Amino acid sequence: MDNKSLTRPLTPRDWTSHSPYIHPDYRSTVLRGPKRPLLPIKTQLADLAAPVYGHEDIGELDHDLTRNARRNGEPLGERIIVAGRVLDERGRPVPNTLIEIWQANAAGRYIHKVDQHDAPLDPNFLGAGRCMTDSDGRYRFLSIKPGAYPWGNHHNAWRPNHIHLSLFGSSFASRLVTQLYFPGDPLLALDPIFLGTPEKARDRLISKFTLGLTEPGFALGYEFNIVLRGDAATPMEK
Amino acid sequence: MTPGQTPSQTVGPFFAYGLTAEQYGYPFNSLFPPRIAEPRAAGEHIRITGRLFDGDGKTIPDAMVEIAHVDADGNPVTSREAAVASGFRGFGRCGTGTSADQSFEFHTIKPGVAAPGSAPHVNVIVTMRGLLVHAFTRLYFEDEAAANAADPVLDSVPVERRATLIAKRIALPEGVEYRLDIQMQGPDETVFFDL
Repeated sequence: MDNKSLTRPLTPRDWTSHSPYIHPDYRSTVLRGPKRPLLPIKTQLADLAAPVYGHEDIGELDHDLTRNARRNGEPLGERIIVAGRVLDERGRPVPNTLIEIWQANAAGRYIHKVDQHDAPLDPNFLGAGRCMTDSDGRYRFLSIKPGAYPWGNHHNAWRPNHIHLSLFGSSFASRLVTQLYFPGDPLLALDPIFLGTPEKARDRLISKFTLGLTEPGFALGYEFNIVLRGDAATPMEK
Repeated sequence: MTPGQTPSQTVGPFFAYGLTAEQYGYPFNSLFPPRIAEPRAAGEHIRITGRLFDGDGKTIPDAMVEIAHVDADGNPVTSREAAVASGFRGFGRCGTGTSADQSFEFHTIKPGVAAPGSAPHVNVIVTMRGLLVHAFTRLYFEDEAAANAADPVLDSVPVERRATLIAKRIALPEGVEYRLDIQMQGPDETVFFDL
């Protein structure tokens, strides 16, 4: 294989599944989203190497947000398990791929210095984690259910409970930054960020409660599968 | 079959303790720091810097920039082991919230030619609060005028917009810096690609 070009045509980004850049209900988009049409670029003309990393880069507790920042006890809140698979559009697993997550604590407060929401920090909770998928594309996090929090987008605006996720997949072009929501959250119907997504694709952002992932006496389980752009064609054998 | 691509959502304002923790002083190690090349890595060592501007011309203090490029010989980094051996990791991340003027700043090496006919370039992803889908662009080098003139991607960009992709070379006592500001909107809106 010619390792100089790494030309792997991907399935195109499906713009009918993604928000437009300018979505005025989400005020920050108005001055920040590009206004001119994106220019096409042939993937054959792009070097598409994804960043390199390995299982040895991931700490033993990186996937367990209930334990990876403890100082003097357990974090407060409802323990949850978030697990699922990373797949490409044909349903093929994306193995050994990195998932990074970050979230608010159970009170709806981010540890980020800029978050001034008047809710308590939890000394035993950072809210950041990561893991890699296994050979079958499966991943699993332990965490605390994040709280809702207010934001300044409009009067009495509250973000639904959510977890942020960042993935690369197998190519620089399959990059995805997204958010996971929880089933039955009444704030979803009011959230301009969630509602920026075309209606047909919104359900893909909502995790599913499942007893199968729930551990008796320990934590509720939520399934969240992630679908990335994948190779447009089956690799040819040489 | 699957239900289709998982939709993108904004990275939000509070990514720093997860994605760029060391740069911002949070107690979590970073997999992708803004130093992409160790001093021992082969090639011309450079800094890549710039700022992001919104449609009002204000600098953006809560963006994250990711860059990726080939090594000095034009080869991509294909494994963690290769990156450890060469001191060049090929990819880095930087938030715009830690410098006084909201700059991003990468320490890296100048990339070689990735494919015949293409000019040396850096792949760039920008993401921020208010951006519902990350935006993809490229950085080219001012002092590669001949190669730039032949580059098929630059050639696909309308002539009057090409300057938005070309970084200025600034020779400083501490080394060479390439500077490219990214305009999210406005008359000089940066060219973003549908990669």
